[in-house]
This record gives sequence, C-alpha cells and structure tokens, in this order.
Amino acid sequence: MTTRTLEWIIERVLFLCAALSVLTTTGIIAVLAFETYEFLREVPVLDFLTGTEWTPLFSNQKFGVLPLVVGTMLVSSIAMVVALPMGLLSAIYLSEYSPSGFRRIVKPVLEILAGVPTVVYGYFALTFVTPLLQAVFPTLSGFNALSPGLVMGLMILPLVSSLSEDAMRAVPQGLREGSYALGATRMQTALKVVVPAAFSGITAAFILAVSRAIGETMIVAIAAGQQPRLTGNPFVPIETMTAYIVQVSLGDTPQGTIEYRTIFAVGMLLFVMTFSLNLISTWLRERFREEYA
Amino acid sequence: MRKHADAIFEFVSLGALLVALAALAALVFDIVSDGAGRFSVQFLTNIASRNAEQAGVYHALMGSIWVIALTGALALPIGVAAAIYLEEYGSRSRTARFIELNISNLAAVPSIIYGLLGLGLFVRLMGMGQSVMAGAATLALLALPVVIMSTREALRTVPSSIREGSYALGATKWQTIWNQVLPMALPGVLTGLILALSRAIGETAPLITIGALTYIPFAPDGVWSKFTVLPIQVFNWVSRPQPEFKANAAAGILVLMVLLLSMNAIAIVVRDRQQGRGRI
Repeated sequence: MTTRTLEWIIERVLFLCAALSVLTTTGIIAVLAFETYEFLREVPVLDFLTGTEWTPLFSNQKFGVLPLVVGTMLVSSIAMVVALPMGLLSAIYLSEYSPSGFRRIVKPVLEILAGVPTVVYGYFALTFVTPLLQAVFPTLSGFNALSPGLVMGLMILPLVSSLSEDAMRAVPQGLREGSYALGATRMQTALKVVVPAAFSGITAAFILAVSRAIGETMIVAIAAGQQPRLTGNPFVPIETMTAYIVQVSLGDTPQGTIEYRTIFAVGMLLFVMTFSLNLISTWLRERFREEYA
Repeated sequence: MRKHADAIFEFVSLGALLVALAALAALVFDIVSDGAGRFSVQFLTNIASRNAEQAGVYHALMGSIWVIALTGALALPIGVAAAIYLEEYGSRSRTARFIELNISNLAAVPSIIYGLLGLGLFVRLMGMGQSVMAGAATLALLALPVVIMSTREALRTVPSSIREGSYALGATKWQTIWNQVLPMALPGVLTGLILALSRAIGETAPLITIGALTYIPFAPDGVWSKFTVLPIQVFNWVSRPQPEFKANAAAGILVLMVLLLSMNAIAIVVRDRQQGRGRI
C-alpha cells in the first residue's frame, strides 16, 4: 500500500469518527420519533399536548402531558429565580470587582459545585433543604417543587456565572476605560456598559441554564414526588417530565406497550424543547463572538 | 451618594457569590455528618442487603469502575480521532462546521435523552440487554462531546512550528500528527478525558433509563454482565423511607465523592506536568 493511499484511508476513518456525532443526533431523533409515532397512533396528538390529566400507569389511562410540562416549568422557574440573578451578580463581582487572588480561589470551588453529581443534590434537597423549609412553612409537603427548585438553582448557578463572566471579560477594556473617564463608578460601568456590551453572551448563558433546568432529572426524581398535577403551587408534590421517565424506567414496563412508549413521547417533547433552546443559545454566542472579533 | 451605591452593589454581588459557597459548605457538612458514621471497611466490601446495617457498596463500586473503564476505552479513541479530523483536516470545510455545531448542541442535550437512545439502540435494537456494555456505550456517547472539545483545545496548544518542522523533514501529515502533535498534546487530552469520565461516573438518569438495576447483589464479571453503579445505589437508598438507609445513602455519596475528587486530583497533576514541561 502506498503512503498516499494509507493517508487517504486514515483521513476517511478520522472523518467517520467525527461524523459519529451527527449519527448520534440522528439516532436520538430516530429512536424518539419511531416510538412517538407508534404512541401517537393510539393517542391523538392534540389529546397528548393539551390534555390536563396524566395517568398512564392507572387503569383509567389519560395521556394529557400538561401536568408534567407545568411541573417541569414550575421547578425550572424557581431554579431560574435563584440561578439567574445570583449567577449574574457573582459573574459581575468576579469580572469587575474581585482581586485576582480571590478569583483564583473561588473559580475552582465553583467548578466543584458544578461537578457534584445531581443525585447528591437530590439527597441534599430531600434531607436538608426540605426539613429546613418545613420549619419556615409548616404546610410544606415532604415532596414539593420548592426545595428541588432552589437546589437546582444552586446547581445551575456556576454555569450561569462562568459563562456570563466569560462574556463580560471578552468586553474590550477600552469600553470600561471610556466609562471611567466620563466619571462613572464601577457599578455604573458594570451595569450600563459591560453588561449591555456582553448582552448576547449573557442571554446565551441564561438560555442554556433554562435548558439545563428543564432536562435535570435526579433532583426532581428524588425530592419533587411522583404526582403529576396541574398546579402552580410549589408546596405540594408534583412530577416533571424527566422524573416520569425515571419512574417508568424503574418499573417493569414491557417493551411495546403504550406505557413503555409514553417515555419516548415525553422524551421527544423534552428533546424538542431543550434542543431549540440550545440552538438559540449557540446562535447568540456565535453572534457575540463576531461582535468583538 | 454614588460612592455609597457602588459600595452597596459590590457588597450585594459578593453576597450572591458567598451564598453559593455557603450552600456548598452546607451540602458537604450535611453529607459528612449523615454518612461518616456508616463509613467503614465493611461498607466498602459488603454487597447490597435488605438490612441497612449490613449493606455495603462493593457491587456498585465495582459496577461503576467497570462501566467507567469501558466508557473511557470507547470514548478516548473515537473522541481523539474526531478532534484530530476537525482540528487538523477539515477545519475550514462546511461539513466540519456542521459537525462542530452538532457537537456543541449534543453537549447540552439532557443526559436522560441519551438514556432513551441507549434503551432504544443498544439495549433493544442491538440486543446488548441491560449490560455493562450497553451502559458504557451510552455514557461514551454522552462523554464524547466533552472529550472532543478538550482534545481540540489540547491540539491547538501545539505550536505550528512543530508541524512545519516535521513536514520539512519529509514526514506526511499523519506521521506528523502521530509522532509529533499527539505526544505533545497527550497530557491535555488525558486531562480532558478524566474530567469527562468524572462527570460520567456521577450520571444516574441515563443508566436508570437503560434499565441498570437498582437492586443487584453481585459485582459484574464481564462486559455482558448486568450491573448497578454507585449513584443508582445511592438513589435506591435515598428513595427508602427508613432513616438507616438515608445514612447508607450519605455514606455511598462519600465513596462517590472520594472517587470523583481523586479523579480530579489526577487530572490536575497531569495538567501541571504538562505546564512544567518545556515550552518552545
């Protein structure tokens, strides 16, 4: 074999490995679409998307996914109320105020916070945060949306903080100096110059955070309960889309039954929601990169 | 007045950061105080049991090690090959741009979706069953985007003069990559791999979805064996109402965290070695 053929073969093999990622996406879509199609042959798509009762595991089966979607939204919103403002403020502090020595210590600690397995956060929510909250709100149920929501916010905070900080540090120093020269304080510079200049990067971080919250599984599977209900009340047990998939996977649901297919239909909805958020986030980040390239 | 506002804002921003750090401290304190009492040699060598006092994590620890070793063996060659293609061969082409975009999107797909892919593809379609192999294949797909991105970063740190020198001596493109570029990038590649695996070892949802069992009283004896992993064992214990099992869960988390921190420590040592080596 000549060197040239060998080089050609190697390049093809490397390309195939890179293309595997596209195959992964295709595989995800194919698997989800196939089972979802089978599911939708038995349940009309409108009933699935607009129904308000979700009881596939009871004898009186109802396939309205709204309770799971609303449960997911509820927990995610609570998480965002914690993660977005606190993450952004932390990023502002690290990027605009903090002495570099402090930053060098805090950043790795935040990385640890981001690397803690989610099952650990679930344990923390159930055994520490819920009892603590129950001392304040005696009506709080043992499983609820509030506690996992707060803990999820804590889990996502490092992601928001680190991506927003990257965006702010990419803002040219000249903009800050110009602002200081006009007599602005550091707060005015941070809020009126740096944050607006880094706006698309920060938005990208926020959107990615929402996507992460929607797809988060173990915290809610452990601490939010398994009762799909259409409510905005954070004090009672609920169920999210991801927790439902876990609940069914833990049981012995035979392949080919409608119960088995529900997890793929719910998974499809989850995938579509997170994938579109991710695409928007990537697009925003690309745009941001061009602004200061 | 302006000065006051500025000082207050600095204080509030710092406060947000400190609250996050305090929460981390509370988490560590909670787990250590709950789990330290159950942590013992027997806990590491015993297998699952219906009796909380006698239950241990041996089977789950072995399961985690099997799955992670196999995940690394699958993700390393594929991830490095993909990164080499994107960085050294196709960097400007439209196909490469598309693959890049796809990888960055895959990195943000929820891990439970990978579980559904693993269930449909590896467990059912390819007939792997609920085996170590199916679990590792699923986690390898999950880890690939991270391995690819960190390998590309490592390849980028190799100065182009190294490549040009190699070409000047008559080496082909692949000879240059294999003999010059990869060895220089290796510490960075390994750091990225270990970090990706340390994330994969804590993954619970995708393995539950492919059907890794929550109660399995033996360690795997091969890649086709059924298995459970540490985080699933922890989840199983957390879900039980009895407080003794909660203590077991906390002790299981301690084992998991020690494993994770040692992997991170290895990654840091490898990275420091790389930085210690002579720059050109």
